[in-house]
Amino acid sequence: MSMTMSQKILAKHAKMGVVRPGQLVMADLDLVLGNDITAPVAIKEFARFKVDKVFDKSKVVLVPDHFTPNKDIKAAEQCKRMREFASDYQIDNYFEVGRMGIEHALLPEQGLVNAGDLIIGADSHTCTYGALGAFSTGTGSTDMAAAMATGQLWFKVPQALRFNLTGSLGAWVSGKDLILHIIGLIGVDGALYKSMEFTGDGVASLSIDDRFTVCNMAIEAGAKNGIFPVDDVAKAYLASHCKREPVIYEPDADAEYEQTYEIDLASIRPTVAFPHLPENAKTIDEVGDIAIDQVVIGSCTNGRLSDLRIAAHILKGRTIAKGVRLIVFPATQQIYLEAMEEGLLKIFVEAGAVVSTPTCGPCLGGHMGILAAKERAVSTTNRNFVGRMGHVESEVYLASPAVAAASALAGKIANPELLEDN
Amino acid sequence: MNARGKAFRYGDNVDTDVIIPARYLNTSVAAELAAHCMEDIDPQFIKQVKPGDLIVADKNFGCGSSREHAPLAIKTAGVSCVIAASFARIFYRNSINIGLPILECPEAAKGISSQDVVEVDFSTGVINNITTGKQWQAEPFPAFIQKMISSNGLVDYLRTEVLK
Repeated sequence: MSMTMSQKILAKHAKMGVVRPGQLVMADLDLVLGNDITAPVAIKEFARFKVDKVFDKSKVVLVPDHFTPNKDIKAAEQCKRMREFASDYQIDNYFEVGRMGIEHALLPEQGLVNAGDLIIGADSHTCTYGALGAFSTGTGSTDMAAAMATGQLWFKVPQALRFNLTGSLGAWVSGKDLILHIIGLIGVDGALYKSMEFTGDGVASLSIDDRFTVCNMAIEAGAKNGIFPVDDVAKAYLASHCKREPVIYEPDADAEYEQTYEIDLASIRPTVAFPHLPENAKTIDEVGDIAIDQVVIGSCTNGRLSDLRIAAHILKGRTIAKGVRLIVFPATQQIYLEAMEEGLLKIFVEAGAVVSTPTCGPCLGGHMGILAAKERAVSTTNRNFVGRMGHVESEVYLASPAVAAASALAGKIANPELLEDN
Repeated sequence: MNARGKAFRYGDNVDTDVIIPARYLNTSVAAELAAHCMEDIDPQFIKQVKPGDLIVADKNFGCGSSREHAPLAIKTAGVSCVIAASFARIFYRNSINIGLPILECPEAAKGISSQDVVEVDFSTGVINNITTGKQWQAEPFPAFIQKMISSNGLVDYLRTEVLK
């Protein structure tokens, strides 16, 4: 029986030769992740199992990244609970403020993700690691608790959609534009319960950071996971980050896909998702005049070094428009350090931006950049729901770092292709 | 197990950010979360909801974040069942795991208006609109999921049924 990449990883971890879509399987987990919002709930549930240890203290990862550095007393108490749990249960991979990062940028960087892994995280953007050929998916806190106690979780084997990529992206077009285009194409429930599998000659032209961004937003199409094949680009990343040998799964030639979408990467334009759903995608050519108050560059979607480099390239020697607030937040301490050494942070500050410590803060309307009523933001984050970044009457436009940086200069949503001297 | 109450009716893609806005996620106390349930889509909800009432919505209910605080807020607010044309997958799983009954039934979702009195039989999957007299058949949960919901969720189910 033929299987997709995702199905093969599930079969292996369920110790089964073959799995079929719709089948319920119990599978062994390679990694279990939680953060300062979801882990406290999981810890409460975990206590009810009355077990004296987690299944494997090297396979649980706890990252205080959402409301950190602690935004208020309640958030501080939540973080404290997680810190104490990490200490009590001798969790190897607890990342304190100062050594942490936004979880989905941090885990691959720290070498915790390997090709072929089965990973769950109590955070919906856990699907990011599919960029490295892992099956990774978001769950809730109770699943996290059960996973910490037993090292296993039940899964319904997903059907798959295939996105067959050809060609390569144009200048100023990135993985963010590609995934916004795809979500615009299939809708926010277009991949509900399913895998999004990316194949084709075009994959080779996508950087690993582009792939992280694409897989990160698979959940915004409702998908269970997104996954790329493990090619030389992925192998090179893994070789320089992960100590384990990659375990590579390829889809069978006759693997069943519910549908195949052919996508010519060269045809993708810079793309913006309008309020209040990621599926409201428009090309930059269709945007019109949209004045903005704030620009956010960062997050688990677009806070990696390559994202900061593109933004810095555009902002270098320029100053942002009057009346616009630009907030840049590198996704991890390592990225922060590298951006500092490369002089990127200086470029941002000189352009009139603030540079924040790594945090999920503004993306989910937590802290560090909340919007008032009627305010508009262009953001490189992943959601633009009602009230996502603050007041219910505020608006979020999702875009790439290039569009975001160009927009900060223009004071309105702008096309990076039209900047002089690029 | 049955549910009976008035329906609160919503549309497509009700996301977890409007069910429980992130600004309230600095606590995991269920009652504190419930006090802000549905606040950004319907500020009247929490003032009007009575124990046993239902939420009825169109497609992709619960899309967005994995916050279990969303079904927890709904359950703690007294909602006995959520009926939708479809659910986002993490919300679906979280609801079962914490013992919040949910049913996928596009026809029922379409045929129920705000304030209609609705009755649900979880063992058969039959949904009755008492106000209009219409009836629909949803796929009932398999026995182990029904048991999980009636045991108050995954943890108690595993403790009493699997790890005993």
